[in-house]
This record gives sequence, C-alpha cells and structure tokens, in this order.
Amino acid sequence: MTPLAGYLLVAALVFSIGLAGALTRRNAILVLIGIELMLNAANLNLIAFWRYGPHPEALTGMMFAVFSIAVAAAEAAVGLGLVISIYRHAHTTDLDEMNRMKG
Amino acid sequence: MQEALQFTPQVAASSIAQILWLIPAGPMVMSGVIALLRQRRRTLASTLAIGSLAFSLLLALAAFGHVLSGWMSGHAVRETVKITWIQVGNSTVDLGWVLDPLSAVMLVMVTFVGLLIFIYSVGYMAHDENFTRFFCFLSLFAGAMLGVVIANSLLLLFMCWELVGLTSYLLIGFWYQKPSAAAAAKKAFLTTRIGDVFFLLGIVWLFAQTGTLLFYNNGAGSMEPAALVGLLAAPAGWGLSAAGAIALLIFAGAAGKSGQLPLHVWLPDAMEGPTPVSALIHAATMVAAGVYLVARVFPLMQAGAPMGGSNTALTVVTWVGASTAVFAALIAVAQNDIKRILAYSTVSQLGYMMAGLGLGGVAVGMFHLITHAFFKALLFMGAGSVIHGCHEEQDVRNMGGLWKKMPATFATYAIGMLALSGFPLFFSGFWSKDAILESAHNWHSGKGPYFMLVFGALLTAFYMTRQVSYVFFGKWRGHGHAHESPRVMTVPLALLAFFAIALGVLGTPAWPWFRSFLTDKPAAFEWAGFNEPGLIQLMATSTLVVFVGLGLGWLLYGNRSPKPEEADVLEKAVPPIWSVLHNRLYVDELYGGTVIAFYAWWARVADWLDRRVWGGMVAAVTGLFSLWAKLNRFLDTNWVDGTFDKGCEELSAGGGLVARVQSGRVQTYLRLLALAVVVLAAILIWSSRG
Amino acid sequence: MTIVFWILAALTVSGGLATVLLKNTVHCALAVTGAFAGLALMFLQLDAQFAGFAQILVYIGAVAILVVFAILLTRGSETPKGGIFSHTWLAGLCLAAAVFAVLGWAVLSSQHALPLEAGSPVVSVMDIGNALMSRYVLPLEIVALLLTAAMIGAVIVAMHEKGDLK
Repeated sequence: MTPLAGYLLVAALVFSIGLAGALTRRNAILVLIGIELMLNAANLNLIAFWRYGPHPEALTGMMFAVFSIAVAAAEAAVGLGLVISIYRHAHTTDLDEMNRMKG
Repeated sequence: MQEALQFTPQVAASSIAQILWLIPAGPMVMSGVIALLRQRRRTLASTLAIGSLAFSLLLALAAFGHVLSGWMSGHAVRETVKITWIQVGNSTVDLGWVLDPLSAVMLVMVTFVGLLIFIYSVGYMAHDENFTRFFCFLSLFAGAMLGVVIANSLLLLFMCWELVGLTSYLLIGFWYQKPSAAAAAKKAFLTTRIGDVFFLLGIVWLFAQTGTLLFYNNGAGSMEPAALVGLLAAPAGWGLSAAGAIALLIFAGAAGKSGQLPLHVWLPDAMEGPTPVSALIHAATMVAAGVYLVARVFPLMQAGAPMGGSNTALTVVTWVGASTAVFAALIAVAQNDIKRILAYSTVSQLGYMMAGLGLGGVAVGMFHLITHAFFKALLFMGAGSVIHGCHEEQDVRNMGGLWKKMPATFATYAIGMLALSGFPLFFSGFWSKDAILESAHNWHSGKGPYFMLVFGALLTAFYMTRQVSYVFFGKWRGHGHAHESPRVMTVPLALLAFFAIALGVLGTPAWPWFRSFLTDKPAAFEWAGFNEPGLIQLMATSTLVVFVGLGLGWLLYGNRSPKPEEADVLEKAVPPIWSVLHNRLYVDELYGGTVIAFYAWWARVADWLDRRVWGGMVAAVTGLFSLWAKLNRFLDTNWVDGTFDKGCEELSAGGGLVARVQSGRVQTYLRLLALAVVVLAAILIWSSRG
Repeated sequence: MTIVFWILAALTVSGGLATVLLKNTVHCALAVTGAFAGLALMFLQLDAQFAGFAQILVYIGAVAILVVFAILLTRGSETPKGGIFSHTWLAGLCLAAAVFAVLGWAVLSSQHALPLEAGSPVVSVMDIGNALMSRYVLPLEIVALLLTAAMIGAVIVAMHEKGDLK
C-alpha cells in the first residue's frame, strides 16, 4: 500500500466514523461534532493529495485546506448558535424529539 | 211521385248567399264565447245564445225571402259558394254551401224552432246550476245543425254531422253524474257511429267514383246529371250499380242518425237528457238530419229509377221506414214514461218520413218533417212543462187531472196530440201524413207499406189518447200539488201550437205550395186539386182510422183513473203481448246478447294483448334498459369511479409514504444525503472504470 | 508507511471512535479534541506545516471550545433517558459502512493509477502570504465576509430575546 493510499484510507475511515456519529447519535451537538470530523477527514485528503500528487501549482492543495478550515469554523459557530437557540425553545437537544417542522 | 227537378243553370251567388255562412258561424262562435264565461253569468250566456240564434233566424228569413222571390218570378234559385280548402297538385278538396228551396225551408225551421226552445230553456233550466254550460252546448249544436243544412260539400256536411253527434252526446249526458245519463250518451254516440261508418264509406266511394265531393258545382257536382250517369254505369256487385250501393251506404248513415229500425235503440234512452234537449235534438232537428240528408242526395237515391217507378235504394228506404213506423208505434203503446212514449213516437214518425221519401220523393218526406218538427217540439215542451209542474215526476201513472191545474199546457198539448194523430182537416199532421199515405197507396211496387203505415196511424192515435188520458184526465194521483209553468215556458208552446195548425195550409192537395216550392213552378190555389182520383176515398179512410184509434183509446183509458199499482187495462187483457211490447220487443236485450257480448269479448282480447303482449314488450324493453342502466351504474361506481378512487387512494397512500421522508428529523435527511452520495459515487466510479 | 504514521493513525481513529461511542458528551468533546490533534500531527508529518498549525489554532483552539460551551449551555452532560443512540442507529451505521466501503474500494482499486512518492513541494509562509494577497485574494475576501456574517448570525441566533425565559 502506497503512503498516499494509507493516508486516504485513514481519511476515509475518519470520514465514515464522523458520518456514523452524525447519523446515529441523538444529541444535536454530537451531530455537529461528527460533521466537523468529516470536514477534517476531507482536509486530510486534500493535504495528502497535495503532498503526493503532481505539482503544477504548488500551493493549491494547502490553500484549499486552509480555506476549508476557515469555513468549517464559521459553520461550527453558526451551527452551535442554532443548537443553543433550539435548546432554549424545546428544552432538549434530542434530535429524535425534534421532528415537528412547525416552530 | 217525384217530378224531375227543374232548375235554371247556376247563377252567380247573390249577396245573401255569400253571407250564408254567418248563419251557422254565429251560434258556433257564441258557443265558444259562452264556454269562456263564468258559471254565474247566466243571463249573459242565455242572452248571447238567444241573440245569435235570433240573428241567424233573421238571416234565414232573408235567405228564404230571396229564394221565394226568385221562385215566384219563375226561375228557381240554387246558388252555391265554393271554397277551396286543400289543394294537392291538380286535385282539390272543396267546401262550400248551397242556397236552394230545400235548404231555405230547413234553415227557417231549424232557427225558428231552435229559438223557441232556447227561450223555453231559460225557464226550464232556471234551477240548474250548469245553466251556462247548457247554453254553450245548445249554441254549438245549433251552429252544427245549421252547418249540415247549408253544406254543399259532403265533407263539410260530414264534419258538421259529427259535430251534431258530439253535441248530442254532450247534451244527453248533461247530468253526467247520473250513471244512466252517461250510459245513454255513450249508447247514442256509439249507435250513430255505426251508421256513420257506412256513411263515410259511401262518401269515400262517391269521391273515388266522381272525383268531387260537392253536390252542385256548375254541372260538375256529384248530384248533377253528368256524375250520376257515370255512377249508374259503374257496377258494384249484387246487381247494384255504384249509384245504388253508395245510396244505400249513405242511407245507413241517415238510418243511424234518424233512428231507423236496427239502429233506433239509442233514441228512447236519449230521454235522459233535459227536456229542451229532447225537444230540440231528438224531435225536431238532429233526428231530422238523417231525413234531410236523404233529401239532399235524392238525385243519387233516385238515379236509375224509371219515371214514377222505384229502384233498389228507394225500395229499401221505403221498407225500412215503414217497418220502423209500425215497430216503434207498437212499443209506444206499452210505455209508462211520458217522454219515452214521445220518443218512440218520434222514431215512428221518422219512419213515416223515410217512407215518404222513398214513396213520394223529397216534397212528401220534407213536408212531414217540417210539420212534425213543430208539433213534436210542442209535445216535448209540453211534456217538459208537465214534468216541471209535477215536480220532476215522469211516470204517467202518477199524474192525472192536470187539465184543470195546467190549462195552458193542456190546450197546447192537446193541439199537438191531435196534429200528431192526424186529426182531419184542421191540423197540419193530417195533411202531411195523408200525403205519405197517398204516395204509398199509389206505389207501383206493392201495397205492403200502405197497410203498415195505416196500421201505424191507428196505433199513433191510440197511444196518444192513452197518454193524454193518463196525464190530463182522471184524478190527480201524484204527490204534492201541480202548478202551471211560467210564461217563459207557455208562450213558446202557444206559438208552436199556432204553427201546428197553420202549416197544414201549405200542403193541401188544393194548394200544394210546399211541393211546388221545392220542385216546380208556383201553383195556384184550386179546389180542383181535391178531384184527383181516389183522393177523397183516401182521406176518408185515414179519417176513419184516426177516429177508430181515438175512440179505442178513449174507451179503454178515457175517464178512468187507474191507481199506479194497478196493471194497465191492456195488460190485463193480453198479458203476453203487453209484456213483449213493454219490454220494447227485447231489441236491447238482443243486442246485449250478441253484438255487445262479442264486442266485450273482443275488448278483453285487446286488453290482454295490450297488457301482456305489447305491455310485455314495453316492459321487456324497459327491463333491458334498466338492466343496462344498472350495469352502467355498476361499471361507473366500481370500475370507473373505483379505479379513480383507487388511484386517488394509492396516490394519497403514496403521498403518505413519500411524506414519511419529511419526518422532520434531521438525521433522516442526513442519512438520505449520505445514501445519495454513496450511490452517485458508486455510479461515477463504475462508469469511469469502464 | 512508517511507524509514526501508524501511531498517528491509531490516535486519530481511536479519538474519532471515542467521540462517537462515549456516553458523556463532555468526554466526547475531549475525544474529538484528541482526534483533531492527531490530524494536526498528520498534517505536520505531511510537510504541511501551515495547515497543521492552522488546524491546531482553529480547531482545537476555537471549535473545540465552542463545542464545550455549547454542551455546557445545553445541559448536554446529562445522559439522555432513551440511550445515546437514536432508535434507528442501524440504518445510519449501515450507511456509514457503505460509504466507507465505497471510498475504500475506490482508493484501493485505483492504487496503480495514483502517483508514486514525489518530492514534497517547498512552501514557505511567505509564499502563502503572497499567494493570499495576489492569487487568492478573492477567496480571502469572501471568507472574511463569510466569517463576519457567521459571527453576526451566530450572535443574533443565540441571543436572548426580550421577554424570553430566563
């Protein structure tokens, strides 16, 4: 197994674990954490390809990853703010109970 | 005997002939107007009816005057007016009217007698609540009868003939709540219908043979020599020519309407109608329509007969008339209802008229018709006065002694009775009946009718004396008190009595005005007329016969006053003969057993056919349709609707299923996204591998 | 495939697993922080120093703290009554497994097409700065805008309304 393949597999594994967490845990915050894990795995993918792939343009992969981190941060902030807001309204963070789309 | 009719060729119709149609039209229109009036507008209804008929009388007198003046100046008048009704290619159906002596005389008689009876009815029907309806029908009848009189077209005559029959039905059944009246009306209509069927056959045959329905049409009419020659030439089986066969068919129609022997059964039952109806329709006018018809088509009736001789048609007419005369007179002897005696008397006298036509021609028969109209109407109205005065009593055994209590009625009734019996010299009935007896005596084909008619005259005198004795003489056997009738009823009686006497003047052998008016140039009054061979003997014989009849009647019934429960004198003498005569020679029972039973069987068959077979077919079709409808409904509900509903349900369920995706649970959405990504990725990778 | 790689891989994967499987939410937050750390070290091993340090700064330094804040503010530390997994956890697990299967299959079956080891690109921070100001200036500005909007949005969303409950 080439090193690239190794990194990619690790990224895939982390991605799947993050996905599993997002899909199965009840707590809304843990869903967001899962999503963060998924984003991180994608970043790892990008960096791995940047390191082991061809380099017509030296910076692309790295920049991509950096921007991804920035966006992820913004999204985490907003998402957590939403969870807190919903918690205030429904007094729970249990996703199974939040199935009424009517506010 | 019948002289050849001498008429100048047709002249252009005068003004009075042009407006002749107003005579029947007036009363008919008034009838329609009265039909629209409310029931309580009695005076208005009777005024309209009487007024229109009075106007018709004036016009009839004017027409009569016109014909009279033409006749007196030497050329007889026969004017026709023709109207083309339907035109089919080259052939036309024409209607029209004719003004000649025959129609002029009849017009005057019908309007005059009709007017008197209308006035009489105002008093007679005063207590009836359907006064207005009565005058509506009377007016309609008057219009229709006048239409029959002036018709120049057989088609128009037939139409008015049927209308006359209809109004007779309506008037006989005027008190329709009485079952006997309704049955009598139906009987009258059906019996005359039988005659009318033959009449219609005759009309159609005549039209087919001659191509025209008009009587007189400037030489092209069916009663004119050209057509008659053609009719005589065409053969018709049983040794008859077409002329003879058609004449017999038309006579059958006349026999129905005028109550000749086999079809006489409706006339006595027609007495169920109010007495004015009996007087007008069943004494003076409607029943005379048959006689008038025969007189109208007399050229046809006479066709082929040698001068002074007879042919098949006329022989049949004579024998039927004579038989009817005797038959009805026999039955009249044994009846107890005042109107029924007069009804059978009418039948008998109609037989006399028909015999007169057959034996002596138009003048003889028509003269008796005119005189009979007056004195029979008088007798009926007198009977109505008696019934009215005795509080609706009609059985003669419950009357009596009325000559003191109802003197005016008695006087006029006596005059009528004597005229009917043929009391010599003063009364018109004597002259008219004698003319018939004279023709019978001189008939070349045998003496049978003569003896029958003489016997009939004896019976007439006898039963009239019987009736008058029962009603006016003896002791009062009824209930309550009798009273004289009001002036509105007795004045017409007096007028008619006057004419019952006066009209005799027109037909004496010394001055045969009537005959010459109808057929010939004016004749002068000459006593030499009495010098005809055998005439004096004839007059003596008939006088003798009349006195024998009167005497016999007075002897048996004269001043006796038999109680109602007692049997009649004659009944005690010859019980079997009496019972046969009393039961009207069982003619009605004969018909009931044969014709009516057959008809009832046939009606049952038709009913079965109608209900089971045709009705069954209709029901089958209906059943088929309703089955089809049910099938359609089933299909519609279950298949069409069902499919649609099922579709909608499935759609709904599908929607429900799909809606489960929208669970509102975030993780479900995430899972779906993940799934989609997996699928897409797999597809992309797979496709790029290949 | 050095030993360092395996250790770091194990660290990261176990951190991820711990995140997903632990009951206490705060423990989960800590575990994910460990996963972040593992990933940052992997970045460093891959010669992506800037990315690695950015990861530590942002993720461990900001996102993890945010998560802890959120957990504490929503009483997430209490164990829910019905268990920590949703009652249809199997479907999610299957899906995740399917995703991993597809990704793994894609990676493994395209190994021969993947490029072999090449030299690592030399990237200095000055290069990155230059690039940010020249070539990537638009994304930079947009990200700046995004961050501003996100910040404002988060504040508004999470703010107490007047008359809200305490």
